[in-house]
Amino acid sequence: MTTELLRLVVKTLALALAAGLSFAAQAADLTVSAAASLTNAFKDLAPMFEAANPGTKLQFNFAASGALLQQIDKGAPVDVFVSADQATMDQAQTKGLVQAAQRRNFVSNTLVVIVPASSANAPKAVADLTQAVYQRIAIGLPASVPVGRYTKSVLEAAGHWAAIEPKMIGANNVRQALDYVARAEVDAGFVYATDAALMPDKVKVALTVPTTTPILYPVAPITASPNAALAQRFVEFVGSAPAQAVLARHGFGKP
Amino acid sequence: MAGAWVALALTLKVAGWATFLNLFLGVGIGYAMARWRFPGRDLIDAALTLPMVMPPTVLGYYLLVLIGTQGPIGAWLLQHFGIRMIFTWQAAVIAATVVSFPLVFKAARAAFETVDPQLEDAARSLGISETAVFFRVSLLLAWRGILAGLLLSFARALGEFGATLMVAGSIPGKTQTLSIAVYEAVQAGQDDTANFLVLITSITCIAVLLAAGRLVPGRVPQRH
Repeated sequence: MTTELLRLVVKTLALALAAGLSFAAQAADLTVSAAASLTNAFKDLAPMFEAANPGTKLQFNFAASGALLQQIDKGAPVDVFVSADQATMDQAQTKGLVQAAQRRNFVSNTLVVIVPASSANAPKAVADLTQAVYQRIAIGLPASVPVGRYTKSVLEAAGHWAAIEPKMIGANNVRQALDYVARAEVDAGFVYATDAALMPDKVKVALTVPTTTPILYPVAPITASPNAALAQRFVEFVGSAPAQAVLARHGFGKP
Repeated sequence: MAGAWVALALTLKVAGWATFLNLFLGVGIGYAMARWRFPGRDLIDAALTLPMVMPPTVLGYYLLVLIGTQGPIGAWLLQHFGIRMIFTWQAAVIAATVVSFPLVFKAARAAFETVDPQLEDAARSLGISETAVFFRVSLLLAWRGILAGLLLSFARALGEFGATLMVAGSIPGKTQTLSIAVYEAVQAGQDDTANFLVLITSITCIAVLLAAGRLVPGRVPQRH
């Protein structure tokens, strides 16, 4: 009786495993690892790309660009990499992970300081963030999150980093920083203009911060991708007029 | 690497507090559930066991909604005491306590249920108070099971990640526990730091397990 039951369990598990394995890799799946700030825009782009390439299924993996780079570096089966800054893509290129010849910038973005919609305070300049009313400031972790790196370089250049770093609440990606502000758990946060626009009822943009290096998003096919032709087509697609129109609707600028 | 030792100290502090709180919560509620019959007991038991089976992120979200500045408890704390719970080490303690609570509660309830009620009645017939019955009979006989539960809960609290990250964030030296430090080092590609942190974590866990083997006595001291 017990043996029969055990046999049944093992059989079921084996079946489930076999089914899982056969679904794991379909020929026309294209996996795109993209910066978290692109989440909403790319989800809108997916049906367009899939319609233009029948039989293709897009799979997205959204996270901080630095985290995505680490996954790709450790051998994650990814076809296209989209980062929110040049530095991360440069690292990928140096390691030979992406096809440098096909790399291109396809959108730009803007750094902004946001505060909770309910907040009575709104900084008029980044220097104001050193004031005591701003006790907690959400900033992407500079080691892995591009928006954090942009923020740090701006604050360093302005000589405020030392004063603001102790107030920093590190976020694992830009959307987490946005969420912290939206929940009013922090007094201010650094995000992209496109992220702030997602929650107009919960956060308000206090100021736009000019960055020392322009915020340009590069895209490139992964060298090890088995779907090189399709990956190349996706890279071209994000630069096409219809895709650019969707990206512009989400607030992204021309590169 | 100095950051790793800070993270270890913080992890031990958080897990220690969580276990300390669970000693009272788990033993108290475990005893109540083992001894008292009341309607809805099974439902409450299931609800109290829930943190063990629910994904830590779900628990983290519940906690965030409750103790966040916009949640009922969080808003009250902010208004009356000016306390903001989120992103504090106390929030990490709350997360670790909730997540590891069922391990103490379940062990305590089971341990109290194995205590023969006749022994408690015999003590009562000898005229000692209810408090004395609890401490000198029930707790004494159930102690071994409770201790095993406490050690398991300490080990679980050491490794807590999801709920902690959601309510306490990852502030180095303040709320960044070992498991969260590992996550961040790997995300940033700092493999050397990750290796060191993983080594420390592994050694700590082995030490806890060895201590558990030593601490939990093979026999219960019997008093006749």
